Amino acid sequence: MKKGLVALLVVCLVAVALIPGCQPGPEGTIKIGVIGPMTFVQGEQHWMGATMAADEINEAGGIVVGNVTMPIELVQIDSNEMLSVPDAATAMEKAVTVDKVDFLVGGFRTEAVLAMQDTAMDHQKIFLGCGSASKEQCVRVAEDYDKYKYWFRITPINDNLLVMDSFLILDTVISVVKDELGIEEVKIALLMEKAEVGDLIVSACEHLIPAMGEDLELVGTWRPSPTATDVTAELSAIKNSGAHIIMTYFSGPVGIVYAKQWGELEIPAASAGINVEAQKMGFWDATGGKGNYETTLNQYARIEQTDKTIPFFDKFVAETGEFPTYTAGTYDALYILKDAIERAGTLDSDAVVIELENTEYFGSAGRIVFTSTETGNPHDLMWGPEYVTGIGTQWQDGELLCIWPPVDGSWNGLVYEGTVAYKVPPWVIDYWEAK
Amino acid sequence: MFANILINGAITAGIYALLALGFSLIFGVAKIINLAHTAFYMLAAYFIFTFAYFLGLSAPLSATASIIITTAIGVGTYKLVIERIREHETAVLMITIALALVFQESILLAFGSHFRSAPSFISGHVELLGVTVSIQHILTFGVVLVCLLGIWMLLSKTKLGIAIRAVAQDREIANLVGINVGTMCLITMAIAVALAAVAGAMVAPLWTIQPHMWMRPLVMVLAVVVLGGLGSLKGSFVAAFILGYTVTLVVFLFPTISFIKEAIALTIMVAVLLIRPEGLFGVAFEEERL
Repeated sequence: MKKGLVALLVVCLVAVALIPGCQPGPEGTIKIGVIGPMTFVQGEQHWMGATMAADEINEAGGIVVGNVTMPIELVQIDSNEMLSVPDAATAMEKAVTVDKVDFLVGGFRTEAVLAMQDTAMDHQKIFLGCGSASKEQCVRVAEDYDKYKYWFRITPINDNLLVMDSFLILDTVISVVKDELGIEEVKIALLMEKAEVGDLIVSACEHLIPAMGEDLELVGTWRPSPTATDVTAELSAIKNSGAHIIMTYFSGPVGIVYAKQWGELEIPAASAGINVEAQKMGFWDATGGKGNYETTLNQYARIEQTDKTIPFFDKFVAETGEFPTYTAGTYDALYILKDAIERAGTLDSDAVVIELENTEYFGSAGRIVFTSTETGNPHDLMWGPEYVTGIGTQWQDGELLCIWPPVDGSWNGLVYEGTVAYKVPPWVIDYWEAK
Repeated sequence: MFANILINGAITAGIYALLALGFSLIFGVAKIINLAHTAFYMLAAYFIFTFAYFLGLSAPLSATASIIITTAIGVGTYKLVIERIREHETAVLMITIALALVFQESILLAFGSHFRSAPSFISGHVELLGVTVSIQHILTFGVVLVCLLGIWMLLSKTKLGIAIRAVAQDREIANLVGINVGTMCLITMAIAVALAAVAGAMVAPLWTIQPHMWMRPLVMVLAVVVLGGLGSLKGSFVAAFILGYTVTLVVFLFPTISFIKEAIALTIMVAVLLIRPEGLFGVAFEEERL
C-alpha cells in the first residue's frame, strides 16, 4: 500500500513537472501575462490587442534589452473575474508563481483588479491595467509608493474623468437638442444601472445639472439592475416625465435591452451617456438595428486621434471582426512596456518602473503620459486636449461614428478627423414638433 | 400614471405567467421540480437565433423549428436522466440544476458570452390608453392567454387531459384504472418544455440572449409557482399578476430603487407564505387536491 502511494506521488510529481504551464518559457523570451475574463468579450479584447502588438514587435525582431534582443511570449490567464473575485487573485498568483511571467497586462472588474493588484505588487511585478476605471488603484500608489509603484493604468481614463467626459458629451447633445427641437428649457432623466460608477455619476448629475443653468431640469432618476431583462416600465415612466434627454450609464447587458426597447418604443428623448455594449460591433445586430442613434462615451472610433488610430482600428477589425474597445488597450500597453524596457536596458522591475514614469507615447487612443508621483493618484492617465481625451460615439445607420469632441471645434478647438455632428433621432423631433 | 401601471404590469405579468405555466404543470402532474425549466427557454432562444441568423429563416419558422427541437431535447433529457430518479425529489433538484449548468456551459462554449438578439415577429409599437407598447409585447400577452386556454381545454375537455389530471391526483389509482403513468409524465414533460420553448420564442426578441439568461427568470418563476401554490395553474396565473404589478409599481412609485423591484416582489411572496404556507391556491394536504 505504502509503495503504491509513493509510486503515485512520484508519478504526480513527474506529471506536474511535465505540464507545459509549469515550465519556464523558451530561453531568452520575455513572458507577458495577459490576464482577464477570457470567456467574456472584455478578456477576448485584452488578448486580441496584446496578440496584435506582440506579433508586430516579434516580427520586427523583439525587444532590445541591453545587448540582447528578446521576443515576447504571451501567456493567456483567465481571471474568471466576472463570476468570482477570489478566482482572479488565484489566477494572478498562478501567473506569477507557476507561469513565472515577467510582466502583466489586463484586468477589468474593479474589485477583481484591486485583489489582483495586491498579488502582483507583493511579487513586485509590473501590472499595466487595461480595463478598470477606479481611481482607487492609483490612490494606492500615492499612499504606499514602495509597494504599489509597479501599477500603471493604460486604459480607460479614471472614473472621475469618465464622469467629466459624460458631461461634456451631454453638453454637446443639449445644444443640438435645443436647436433641433426649438426649445429653451431641457428636461433630463437619469437612467443608470445600480453600480459603483453609476452611483458616482448619479451623485454628480444631481449636483451639477441644476448648477449647469436654469434652462436645465432634472426630472427623475431611474436605477435598474445591471442585469435587468426589461426596462419598458422605466422607459414608460421617463416618457411620462416629459424628458427631452435620457442620460445613461450601463456597463452590463441591460445596455442592449435599453437601446433595443428605446428604439422599438420610439421613446421621445435623445440618449447620451455611457453604454459599454454600444461600443461593440455586435451591438447593431444584438439590438436588431433598434439601437440606431444610441450614444456612448468610447475610446476608439475610426478617427485620427493620433496617426496610429486608423491603422490600428482597421487592422483590429480585419483580424478579429470586432471593433476595439478599451480593454484592447493592451496593444498600447505592450508598446509602452517595450519602450520602457529598452530605455532601462534591463527587465528589472524597479528600473523599468522609473522608465515607465517617464513615458510619453503616442498610442492608438491619444498621447499617453502618466500622472506624476506628486499627485494624489500617480501612474494614472493624463487627460486633456493634449493627452488622452476619450471620445463620444453615436450609432448612425449601422456605423459607429465619433460625435465628441464636437465637429464645430467648440471644445478647446480640438476636432479629430472623421468626426461628424450628433443626430437627434427623427422620432424625437417628430414627437416634440407635434406637441 | 394609472394606465402605465395597468398596461406595463399586465405585460410583465404575462411574461412571468408564460414562463411559470410549464413549470407548474410538470410539478402538478409528475411532482418534478424542474430547475432546468428556464434553461430550456434559454436553449429555445439560442435555436431561434441560430436559425434566424445562420440559416436565414423567418422569425415564425425559426420559432417553430426551435420549439420542436427544444421539446425533443426535453423529452430526451426526461427519458435519459430525470425518469430514472423521478421518485427522489432531492436528486431531481440536483440533477435538473446540473443539467441547466451543462446547457449553459455548452452554449457558452458554442456561442461565447456575446449578447445576441432574435428577430421580432412583428416590429413596431402602438398606443394603448396613451401608453406606448411594442407589438411584440402585446403578441406575447396574447400567446400567454392562448397557451393558458389551450392547457385548460386539454386538461378539462380531452381524454388525455383527464388521464393527466388523474395521474396528478393519485398515481396509484390512475395506474390501477389502466392509465400508463410513465407515458402521462413523459407527455406532460413534453408539454412543459414546449411551453418553456414558446416562452423563449416570444421573449427572446424582447430581451437579450446570453448563456446566463435562464438564472434570473428562474427566481421569478419559482416565486410565481410557490406564491400561487405549487402545481396550481390558476395559482401561477394569479401570482404572476401579483408579482408583475408589484415590480411595475416599484418602478413607477420608487424609481431610484427600481433595481430592487424583484427583491420587493420576492418579499411580498415571503409575506404571503408566512400567512398561507401552501401558497394562494395550493393544497395543504394531498387529499384536498381536486
